[in-house]
Amino acid sequence: MAEHQKTAAEAGYLLCHCCRLLSRPLPGSVRPRCPRCGAVLHRRKPNSLARTWALTLTAYILYIPANLLPVMTVTMSGRGEPDTILSGVKELIVGGMWPLALLVFFASIVVPVLKLLVMTFLLLSVQFGSSWRPWERTVLYRLTESIGRWSMIDIFVITILVAVVELGALATIEAGAGAVAFGGVVVVTMFAAMSFDPRLIWDRMASKDGEVSSHPGPEAGYWMQQ
Amino acid sequence: MGSGTSEYAVAEYALVACHDCDLLFRKPRLQPGQKARCPRCGAVLFQRKRSRMDQPLALACTSLVLFILANAYPLLRMNIAGRVQEGSLLTGIEELYSQGYWEISVLVFVVTLLAPLAKMLCLFYVLLPLWLFGRRAPKAERVFRWMEQLSPWAMTEVFMLGILVAVVKLADLAVLSPGLALYSFAGLMVSMAAGDAVLDDHEIWERLEAAGG
Ligand SMILES: [Zn+2]
Ligand SMILES: [Zn+2]
Repeated sequence: MAEHQKTAAEAGYLLCHCCRLLSRPLPGSVRPRCPRCGAVLHRRKPNSLARTWALTLTAYILYIPANLLPVMTVTMSGRGEPDTILSGVKELIVGGMWPLALLVFFASIVVPVLKLLVMTFLLLSVQFGSSWRPWERTVLYRLTESIGRWSMIDIFVITILVAVVELGALATIEAGAGAVAFGGVVVVTMFAAMSFDPRLIWDRMASKDGEVSSHPGPEAGYWMQQ
Repeated sequence: MGSGTSEYAVAEYALVACHDCDLLFRKPRLQPGQKARCPRCGAVLFQRKRSRMDQPLALACTSLVLFILANAYPLLRMNIAGRVQEGSLLTGIEELYSQGYWEISVLVFVVTLLAPLAKMLCLFYVLLPLWLFGRRAPKAERVFRWMEQLSPWAMTEVFMLGILVAVVKLADLAVLSPGLALYSFAGLMVSMAAGDAVLDDHEIWERLEAAGG
């Protein structure tokens, strides 16, 4: 029974990141592949920390022009008015569109900032070998990974506005450089979340205390849900 | 296959490991509709869904029809001072490109058109032969793997919210009327989400393994 309370890595198994099949590499194989789907197997995501750091720092840098530069310019009868991410939200609030303003505020401002902060926090906690609340940190990671796509709303709004409004002298809408940077932030943070390996949080745990072995046996090991 | 020696590892069917914390378990035997969660980190280890293969296929067919409608017809029609203007998703992507913002143009093209379409086509390729003949299409495992990797980049539901915000922003600029594509996108969002919900990927993987090529 004690054997099954180990982690897959300790027992010499590799988990396929794609089809989730467990397999044991042949002795001496350099680049083992999943026997079911053919994906290259790794004990942990390769260079997870370095890659995630690089992507997160890139996102921080892109975040500055994304918020300072206009994401689009609406020109009505000759007068242009550049819009930034923040002024777009302000406009919705002034217009009294509270639920929508809240949604855009959340998707365009809260989510990117939160994602950057959470990724930094997770990276630092793993780097310093922290054993603080691994369960909460894993939940935080899962949340960050699933929520990132919603920041694309603003990019889609610009696409639709640009598509519909092209009335020559009357009104035009043109995208701005801020939108490129903002799209960059969304894509780069999505890659950052994908390259982070949450198992690193638990690796430090196992080596610190006897946490792993204190778990119930494999048969009672999982929670069943209807 | 790349430069280094790459060999297939030996599969272990009796055990599963948590993808978020790496804890090892004996594989749970589940009834349809049951879920097994990791006690250490709470991740879903294993899940059996109630659906059969025909449900995801039917939903993928619906999605494909709606996808074509959503891109063949105008999304919004607007009327400023007597001039009528129509626009679709493709017009927007083209316009962004011609304004010189090719990066956003490519990004929007990938997440609203390419990824959702590729996802549907991959699903057909894998599931149709499996459902009709109980056979595996050539390289079906690889195609199913691509499909799973594409998933996070298909953003139809986010795009639908984008339409909503755009409509509100335009409402005080001009008189708007919705096009057929708008309803199609709403339907597409629902059918794609439902398709994801009924697709039991564990079962598909097992069937793919069991089926002959
Ligand atoms: Zn695999
Ligand atoms: Zn776990």
